[in-house]
Amino acid sequence: MNIVVCIKQVPGTTKVAINPATNTLIREGVEAIVNPFDVYAVEEGIRLREKFGGKVTVIIMGPPQADQAVKTCIGMGVDDGIILSDRAFAGSDTLATSYTLAQGIKKMGGADVILTGKQAMDGDTAQVGPGIANWLDIPFVAWVKKIEDVNLAGKTIRVERMMDDGYEVIQSSLPMLLSVVKEINEPRIESMRGKMKAKSYKPVIWNAKDIECDPDFIGLRGSPTLVNRVFVPVRSGKKEIIEGATVEAKAESVVNKLRAAKLIN
Amino acid sequence: MAIKVLNEKCVGCKLCLPTCAQGAITMSDTKKAFIDPVKCNYCGACLDACKKFKAILIQVDRKVSDVDLSLYKGIWVYAEQRQGEIASVVYELLNEGRKLATQLGEELCAVLIGNNVTHRANELILHGADKVYVVDSNCLKDFNDESYSKALVALVEEYKPNIILTGATALGRSFIPKVAVMLETGLTADCTQLDIDEYTKLLLQTRPAFGGNLMATITCPSFRPQMATVRHKVFKKAAKDPNRKGLIITKNIQEDCLLARTKLIDFVKEVESTVNLSEADIIVSGGRGLGEAKNFSLVRELAQQINGAVGASRAAVDAGWIPYSHQVGQTGKTVCPKLYIAVGISGSIQHMAGMQSSENIIAINKDPQAPIFEIATYGIVGDLFEVIPALIAKIKK
Ligand SMILES: Cc1cc2nc3c(=O)[nH]c(=O)nc-3n(C[C@H](O)[C@H](O)[C@H](O)COP(=O)(O)OP(=O)(O)OC[C@H]3O[C@@H](n4cnc5c(N)ncnc54)[C@H](O)[C@@H]3O)c2cc1C
Ligand SMILES: Cc1cc2nc3c(=O)[nH]c(=O)nc-3n(C[C@H](O)[C@H](O)[C@H](O)COP(=O)(O)OP(=O)(O)OC[C@H]3O[C@@H](n4cnc5c(N)ncnc54)[C@H](O)[C@@H]3O)c2cc1C
Ligand code: SF4
Ligand code: SF4
Repeated sequence: MNIVVCIKQVPGTTKVAINPATNTLIREGVEAIVNPFDVYAVEEGIRLREKFGGKVTVIIMGPPQADQAVKTCIGMGVDDGIILSDRAFAGSDTLATSYTLAQGIKKMGGADVILTGKQAMDGDTAQVGPGIANWLDIPFVAWVKKIEDVNLAGKTIRVERMMDDGYEVIQSSLPMLLSVVKEINEPRIESMRGKMKAKSYKPVIWNAKDIECDPDFIGLRGSPTLVNRVFVPVRSGKKEIIEGATVEAKAESVVNKLRAAKLIN
Repeated sequence: MAIKVLNEKCVGCKLCLPTCAQGAITMSDTKKAFIDPVKCNYCGACLDACKKFKAILIQVDRKVSDVDLSLYKGIWVYAEQRQGEIASVVYELLNEGRKLATQLGEELCAVLIGNNVTHRANELILHGADKVYVVDSNCLKDFNDESYSKALVALVEEYKPNIILTGATALGRSFIPKVAVMLETGLTADCTQLDIDEYTKLLLQTRPAFGGNLMATITCPSFRPQMATVRHKVFKKAAKDPNRKGLIITKNIQEDCLLARTKLIDFVKEVESTVNLSEADIIVSGGRGLGEAKNFSLVRELAQQINGAVGASRAAVDAGWIPYSHQVGQTGKTVCPKLYIAVGISGSIQHMAGMQSSENIIAINKDPQAPIFEIATYGIVGDLFEVIPALIAKIKK
């Protein structure tokens, strides 16, 4: 079974703040990590290989430093890693990102199952996975919480997809793409042997030409959306601490406020 | 592609610095802005900050579409339904869509896709739609990403809307990205604010990113339709006018054009209360402060008294006190109710990412330093085992 997992490298925290002295955006703990959701996708990829044999490859679009993220995955037990890196990819929105990743996967010779995380911790759009599937013209299922069954001979897969009020059991033909939620598994930590392998591992790096990108579809040029403005939201919390001599008094005060605001009856 | 600061125009006002999410801008020794081309991802945010001085220049030849954009007219709302039941976010979008339609002087339409759904079209008209486009077909019985995408794309290609709004539900966020790629246009995810730019008439789509710690306003200048998914509960529902009249336009699509490679086998309803967390007006959430599984009954009882849904922090879910489908936060659900009551929850960044845009937040915690109080409308410092029963008693009165 040929398994490809798409991983994104993201800043280790989503905490952002304005430094009042320099008026710059500061991000604490700037070390980059593998997008937390993608770790579940990597784990699921490795489990599929353990069951059905074959190979797991991670693919990442990002700067050459993304090899750190690849190494983490190698440490977990992934066989290979590919980085798509080119200045021409800068400024990609989800349309361009999904196109670029699809081109990379094509160059790899495709896959039976492609896994992505539910969404990236920074961009938060959850649009890249479905996009890749469309460029590759394969079916996809989002929010998968369990792979029930894979029938390699019959080329089908059965999965459970989380909805807002329960889950759906869905059957799909292979090849296909699925995005996973954290409920799907408990990711393993890097093994000692894996870490040793990761240390000397050098991922393959492909640029736009290597994966035969149409320049009209990559980077800023290929991105229909434009970020006009980025700002830190003002918190509207009134931060009123309810005073009261007794618990009963506090409770009464809050209930009165909620009734006055017609929030409760 | 290149970015540069025109030193002769830069006045050193530093306005651009806080707008750069990549941390690419610094001030040089000569008090001019300097942009690190390696860190910059050409998002364009700093250009807006320097509108006044026009000191920042991005040189890029963006692809422009070869179609006439002025042919694209009208605001469409995707009328999400399952088993014929229209999602409540649709009525919220009709309300907001009306505002945009008035600003643009264009019509507001709804799109209804499914099987045996035509009779629901009038409901959409009564809530503000001027027209309803309907695709009603046997092969659209169960929701299916591929079939539904194909149906919507067929409508877009024929009727050319300017804007398409869809609820940012599990279903909407699953299939709309495919539609956007099929149409090769832009899509903004999970918006919480929509507006029309006075001059360019573009849709200004504002959304939280970085787990709600950063807001971004996004446009789609040269492709159509302009597409956005929109979070529930941000806009009020449209009022119903029993006398409204509108047009229903039915499009027949051949079944073999709607075929899909995935199939729904079964649906298992999972949420313990009947209220859907993402759509609830009131949510009472419990955290590790509850101490053990059986104490969750306190949260449930409070929720029941005020008609709320039950949520939880990850700590409570990981402890096995309540299923994952109730988890609120970065790796759980994002909710935006009118009232969110956090019981014994400390207020980690990850938890707040999922609930900080709630209209009113009440925090109950015994630790006055708990970060949750920072975003609370009202905070009660105290032992939840005393506070909750007292609240329930007052509410019952
Ligand atoms: C503040 C802000 C707001 C933005 N809003 C939008 C928007 O509304 N619409 C839009 O089109 N773009 C938007 N972008 C751009 C968007 O973040 C980038 O296109 C990004 O490359 C991919 O989107 P994402 O981070 O949301 O990933 P998601 O779509 O959330 O990622 C889903 C999965 O796809 C895979 N994946 C994603 N990126 C990569 C990668 N580089 N390499 C390998 N696998 C990957 C991972 O498995 C990941 O779990 C925004 C950017 C910023 C900074
Ligand atoms: C990648 C990642 C993703 C995550 N995603 C999520 C997510 O989606 N959602 C989420 O919630 N968390 C998430 N977390 C976990 C998060 O970091 C916190 O660990 C978690 O939210 C803590 O839950 P809590 O507030 O219930 O517990 P704690 O932080 O332990 O807080 C318990 C609180 O209860 C108070 N308390 C104790 N006893 C009482 C009493 N008798 N009366 C009143 N107050 C009392 C304490 O003062 C304390 O403030 C994530 C973490 C990571 C690393
Ligand atoms: S906003 Fe413009 S003028 Fe002000 S420092 Fe930045 S580049 Fe210079
Ligand atoms: S274009 Fe975006 S990333 Fe580049 S310097 Fe300006 S704000 Fe920063």
